[in-house]
Amino acid sequence: MFDDFFTRALIAGVGIAIIAGPLGCLVIWRRLSYFGDTLSHSALLGVTLAYAFSMNITLSVFIISSVVAILLINLQKRTKLAGDSLLGLLAHSTLAIGLVLIGFLSSIRFDLMGLLFGDILAVTTDDIALVWIGGIIILGVLYFIWKSLFSATVNYDLAAAEGMRPEISNLIFTLLLAGVIALSIKMIGALLITGLLLIPAAIARNLSNSPKQMIIIAILAGIASVVLGLFTSLELNTSSGPSIVVVSLALFILSLIPLEIRGQLQK
Amino acid sequence: MAEKNNLLVKLDNGGVYKSSKWLVRGVSLELYKGQIVTLIGPNGSGKTTTAKMILNILKSDEGKMESYTSKMAYVPQKISIDWTMPLRVIDFMKLTNHINNADITEALKLTGVENLLYNQINNLSGGEFQRVLIARAIAKKPELLVLDEPVQGVDFNGEIALYNLIKKIASTLNCGILLISHDMHFVMSATDHVICLNGHICCSGTPSAVIKDSAYIELFGEHTAATLSLYKHHHDHSHETDGSVAK
Repeated sequence: MFDDFFTRALIAGVGIAIIAGPLGCLVIWRRLSYFGDTLSHSALLGVTLAYAFSMNITLSVFIISSVVAILLINLQKRTKLAGDSLLGLLAHSTLAIGLVLIGFLSSIRFDLMGLLFGDILAVTTDDIALVWIGGIIILGVLYFIWKSLFSATVNYDLAAAEGMRPEISNLIFTLLLAGVIALSIKMIGALLITGLLLIPAAIARNLSNSPKQMIIIAILAGIASVVLGLFTSLELNTSSGPSIVVVSLALFILSLIPLEIRGQLQK
Repeated sequence: MAEKNNLLVKLDNGGVYKSSKWLVRGVSLELYKGQIVTLIGPNGSGKTTTAKMILNILKSDEGKMESYTSKMAYVPQKISIDWTMPLRVIDFMKLTNHINNADITEALKLTGVENLLYNQINNLSGGEFQRVLIARAIAKKPELLVLDEPVQGVDFNGEIALYNLIKKIASTLNCGILLISHDMHFVMSATDHVICLNGHICCSGTPSAVIKDSAYIELFGEHTAATLSLYKHHHDHSHETDGSVAK
């Protein structure tokens, strides 16, 4: 069943959609969309380093993304710059360092397009195992810290006062984000990962009344985006990563319709 | 008065240092079960900072903080829930604890908002949200309850009812309450211990003792002319029309 490259792409993509659902909701709730972008830009540096030291790409991306995330948390405490300025600083400097390093590694031929946009159709059976095992670990940890993380998302002081230890769950959450980016960079690419995190969650926001509902809808919307996107790319012979994001956007536009109808009815 | 084993928290000479100045310093206070302690003082006097030290949100930069309970509930001064999150009152009630539905309804009934159980938090009015915040704290059945200006934005009748409720909770739940309030009438009539802050403790003691303290009269009698009429009737001195203390 794993023989067919298209089936492998579907299985891996659905796995990523399931992980991205709850994490994407948290990214939206915490207004971290630019943070996701920064992590994925720095992922490019991770890939370059992986080639330079012939390391495992996923591991190297995870390490670099984690370092950038922790750097950001520390910088936020030390400087007077706003969060978004720091994010911009880190995003573009890591991206630039990554690109400069690529120049040094002239002996290796780089598929820059592949890095930026991913190639889900080149997924191997090993990649599938990595996505699903990694995904189960990420979701397991997320389940374990959920109460603390969620209460801190609603109000940090309240969570801190009532013994939720939000500083620990915040740090773990950052590492989980780095994890999902590491798992998906090969398939979705550095530039589009944030799209797959954010858009399904944004669709879910339009259709949900409670946090739990939003997470479930985000997962379903992510799965639908991956499946429909892959079939579209097969049918129209378009690149798969961008096709998934475009389908996701189409679903988002559709999800606005119930809001409109509800708005009309309430008038 | 209170026994040693009823001690909930003890802050000894606590203070918070931030951006090269002391927000508040030299604060000592003890809170026992069933007791209501209030913090009063002008804006920026360190009331919220002190409350956050008691709750371990902020670490005291000097002195010592001892905590003998982990069952704490907090009603913060101002919180806004982001509209990006779909959150109903019922979800918010269960935020840090699993609380069964009967207890949730019970607590919401006490603060008069049981009909809002399935409403979205971000559609509530300021006063309604404040009532939900108080209900959430009560439903947790805490041993230590910290209320930071809990009735702001609540209508006049509701304010009186909520203050009566707070008074009642201290005895029914036998919990210690640390209250920040600008309502001098409640502070002076219902609390066991008053601490008057202005960057440090100006004076403290029972309401009747504090009211006679010259530091209290100085702080509230002369500097806050705009609010004088509010406090006037509860003082043991009277004021001229311009707000100065009558000799």
